[in-house]
Amino acid sequence: MRWDIIFQPGNLALYGDGLITTLSLLGASLVVGAVLALLCALALTSSIAPLRWVAGAYTFVIRGTPLLIQLYLIYYGLGQFEWLQARWNEVWPWIYFKDAFFCALLAFSLNTAGYTAEMLAGAIRETSAGEIEAAQAMGMTRGQAMRRIVLPSALRRTLPAYSNEVVMMLHATSLASAVPAMLDVTSAASRIYSTFYLPFEAYLFAACIYLLITFSLVGLFRLAERRFLAHLAPRTH
Amino acid sequence: MSGYYASILQGALLTVGVSLAALAVSIVLGLLGAAAKLSGRPPLVALATVYTTLIRGIPELVLMLLIFYGGTIGLNHLLTLMGSKASVDINPFVAGVLTIGFIYGAYMTETFRGAILSIPKGQAEAAWAFGMGSLRTFLRITLPQMVRYALPGFTNNWLVLIKATALVSLIGLQDMTYLALQAGAATREPFNFHLFTAALFLLYTSLSLWALRALNRRYSLGVKRGQV
Repeated sequence: MRWDIIFQPGNLALYGDGLITTLSLLGASLVVGAVLALLCALALTSSIAPLRWVAGAYTFVIRGTPLLIQLYLIYYGLGQFEWLQARWNEVWPWIYFKDAFFCALLAFSLNTAGYTAEMLAGAIRETSAGEIEAAQAMGMTRGQAMRRIVLPSALRRTLPAYSNEVVMMLHATSLASAVPAMLDVTSAASRIYSTFYLPFEAYLFAACIYLLITFSLVGLFRLAERRFLAHLAPRTH
Repeated sequence: MSGYYASILQGALLTVGVSLAALAVSIVLGLLGAAAKLSGRPPLVALATVYTTLIRGIPELVLMLLIFYGGTIGLNHLLTLMGSKASVDINPFVAGVLTIGFIYGAYMTETFRGAILSIPKGQAEAAWAFGMGSLRTFLRITLPQMVRYALPGFTNNWLVLIKATALVSLIGLQDMTYLALQAGAATREPFNFHLFTAALFLLYTSLSLWALRALNRRYSLGVKRGQV
């Protein structure tokens, strides 16, 4: 065991750089994914059948294929198309498709959107009929009832399942290391492994970093649940 | 060109092999883990809790790299300590199967534990009253009944496990993901090959879902459902 090498300033800095990439990739893909998921969930629960079909097909394909392949399709696959190649050197927004971070962000956002949309749609469908009837009796339109009654409650009820999805996404960001140009926590470990031939120490240290982030995320979600789901907690008296 | 597609189809067989072998490992570990958690013996409960907590807190890829690369070095150290001059390489198939099985064993533990808890206690007590031992009680009474409760969680775990097998391509196993990457680099048509692989995965997950739903109907026969 050569832990002293892992704790050399240069190597710690490498892990630090990786941590920044991992966390920004996680944060950005969760934000973009959440917006897409909300739109997709509204489509899934919409009264317009074609919207439901398109959204349903989207979540079916996203949830039925591995994220690694989705990442390869975007990062390696899109380069096959000549019209994109003709544009990605100068024409905005196509220049982003040459950027590894953007490709990973796109793949992760599209992926988490598919899973989150299904959770959210489930919570919207489970909203008790009485609440919706009461909203209609108050004269609210469909949009108003959705915005004021259904969504605030459905978003809260999705919280426990969403905390799992966030942890899954944290772990999924390790796939960014499959893209050579990215330096996340896992690729930092791989570099240290190949430089010093210390696989055990290098990957174990990365595992500890991920464990720490996982536990912090779980703790944060527990606090959020106590705050936002207080009305659903079991009665104590 | 069609040769590449044929080789990816060959790789699909490997993917199926890895996933089924890993499933077998995870079911065994899951049953052991659930038995440990329900045993009520503090050291066993603690061991199983550490197992499920740690595994679910670390990315699959990191665990796989740790076991594959770290395990090779660890084994060779051990051999040197024992005075042997031989060196071993861990087979990527074995490493992939063991890692994925080890990870999903943690998820199966939780699924099986919940399923066993859902069976009324009187069932096992009646079996003991008939003089059955604990193994026989488990095989004849608990197992057939827990299938129904475990199937929804099991289905979820299985679908995630199938998708996780794509990761074995990163430790050099030539599954369909790996072959698609190679074919894409050789022909400059990566999109087509990755799309083909994605379609095969979709076929695999859809067929599994269909089969497990049929199984679920079979095991839910005779269960009365309330109508709201």
